[in-house]
Amino acid sequence: MTGWLGPEEWAAVALSLRVAFWATLVSLPLGLWVAMLLARGRFRGREALNVVVHLPLVLPPVVVGYLLLETFSPAAPVGRALASIGVEVAFRWTGAALAAAVMGFPLMVRAIRLAIEAVDPRLEQAAATLGASRVRVFVTITLPLALPGVLAGAVLCFAKAMGEFGATITFVSNIPGETRTLPSAIYAFLQQPGGEGAALRLVVVSVAVAALALVASEALARAMTRRVGS
Amino acid sequence: MSLEVAIRHRLGGMELVADFSASAGVTALFGHSGAGKTTVVGAVAGLVRPDAGRIVLDGEVLFDAEAGTDLPVHRRRFGYVFQDARLFPHMTVRRNLLYGAGGDAGLGRVCDLLGIGGLLSRRPGTLSGGEQARVAIGRALLSQPRMLLMDEPFASLDQARKEEILPYLERLRDEAGIPILYVSHAVEEVARLADTLVVLDSGRVVRAGPAAALFADPGLAPALGPRAAGAVIPGRVEAQHEDGLTEVAVSGGRLLLPRIDAGAGAALRIRIAAQDVMLSLSRPERVSALNILPATIAELHPGQGPGVMVQCRCGEDLILARITRRSAEGLALAPGQSCYAVIKSVAVARGDVGQAQIVPPGRV
Repeated sequence: MTGWLGPEEWAAVALSLRVAFWATLVSLPLGLWVAMLLARGRFRGREALNVVVHLPLVLPPVVVGYLLLETFSPAAPVGRALASIGVEVAFRWTGAALAAAVMGFPLMVRAIRLAIEAVDPRLEQAAATLGASRVRVFVTITLPLALPGVLAGAVLCFAKAMGEFGATITFVSNIPGETRTLPSAIYAFLQQPGGEGAALRLVVVSVAVAALALVASEALARAMTRRVGS
Repeated sequence: MSLEVAIRHRLGGMELVADFSASAGVTALFGHSGAGKTTVVGAVAGLVRPDAGRIVLDGEVLFDAEAGTDLPVHRRRFGYVFQDARLFPHMTVRRNLLYGAGGDAGLGRVCDLLGIGGLLSRRPGTLSGGEQARVAIGRALLSQPRMLLMDEPFASLDQARKEEILPYLERLRDEAGIPILYVSHAVEEVARLADTLVVLDSGRVVRAGPAAALFADPGLAPALGPRAAGAVIPGRVEAQHEDGLTEVAVSGGRLLLPRIDAGAGAALRIRIAAQDVMLSLSRPERVSALNILPATIAELHPGQGPGVMVQCRCGEDLILARITRRSAEGLALAPGQSCYAVIKSVAVARGDVGQAQIVPPGRV
């Protein structure tokens, strides 16, 4: 594959895979928790939480990038606090992962929430009467039954993270080897004279990764549904 | 073992006031649909939070509205068998059964009791309704509950499936030694299973007490509904006859009933619906009914409409006969009078006869 892709192109693909992987992995526990809150929680501010979670879906990505920059730049309080414990995100690949996670989060939460809402709460009640604590009910009943939706949510988040451009380039710029993800690289190659070939190869990779992710998630969901049976 | 319930709860436009206690054996919460039975059981299990009152099990306060006590569902340790079996679809029968169990020590015994040993590796989706209900009962039993709560476990089953499971419940009552709070609106089920009866009507407990005594109480008929009224008497299988009848000894004589699959000597409880009992002042002759028991009238209870509920003493047991007021006046029936209770054999359906190791308490 490295023979077919130039080193610069390969670096962009590898970086995007890494960014998308970490963005998905780190958001998953939070996504599960927020989806559970939205699906089953009865508390004040549920609607507000719903709006905040979904904002990145409808805001211009540049705005999200700008807000991230304002929050996490070393000059801002949050950025300073993070820097003091050795975590730096501005203009780093970790920042690209953060931007990708924020943009992919609503898609993930949406899918997981729908899956959790589809789990019959009467089964959860039955588990509770058998002595299962809330945590055990979630781990042994809710989560397994919602698993196809959870996987779908993770795949959607991963795909979104692979393709995130606006918020990433605004927040962490387009530094080769550090923050030049696949879409940023395609954009950069298109700006260079004679870069069309590289851009085209990356476009092919993008399409392939996206298609593969979709096929994999469908297959997983089918396998899960079979396993759950009914 | 004793469960004390004293709760009030607003339920739509109805005020539910439930005040009763349940102890060893089967306590049946009986009432029509919408009487509030499921809400009461939900409150006991902790699934419904009553507006006011207390629920105490063996001195442990599970719920106390005033003190703010509300033990969470998973710490109350009731085995709840729901109307719909609610088996976990992603687990095998075996994992369902063991979900609330500490280990698989009791698995073999429960499988034998309920006849589900052959289903262990199956998925709930592949089971019949009757099998699902039995697995649900086994799962609740294996969670080592302090008491079983059964909320119309047969509601979604047809008569044949019901007949398939009722004997298992009778064994459960007689062998497992675990107290059961049993919710039902089906009088045959309650008659077969209950030791203690709590009758709920429009959110109120109208009567509570030993089942045999209440079923023989003519004054309870309006609450049960005239067609559901009928005494439950103990009996013992005497002999099987070749023409498909089973001879049963009761305290007042002998009954011939449609074939009951039980060996000679087996203890039974037999429900005799009040509307299936005729009264005659002289011993009827050349009549098709096979069962004619000498009886003494104990009490007449006129209801609304054309019927009268007559309580008769037959040997040591009380039975009920529902006749018209016109007949009662025509025969000039009065307490203390001798008569004959005439019961058609075929009127006692298979579902009206239960097996019992324990003779129902509360003979009056």
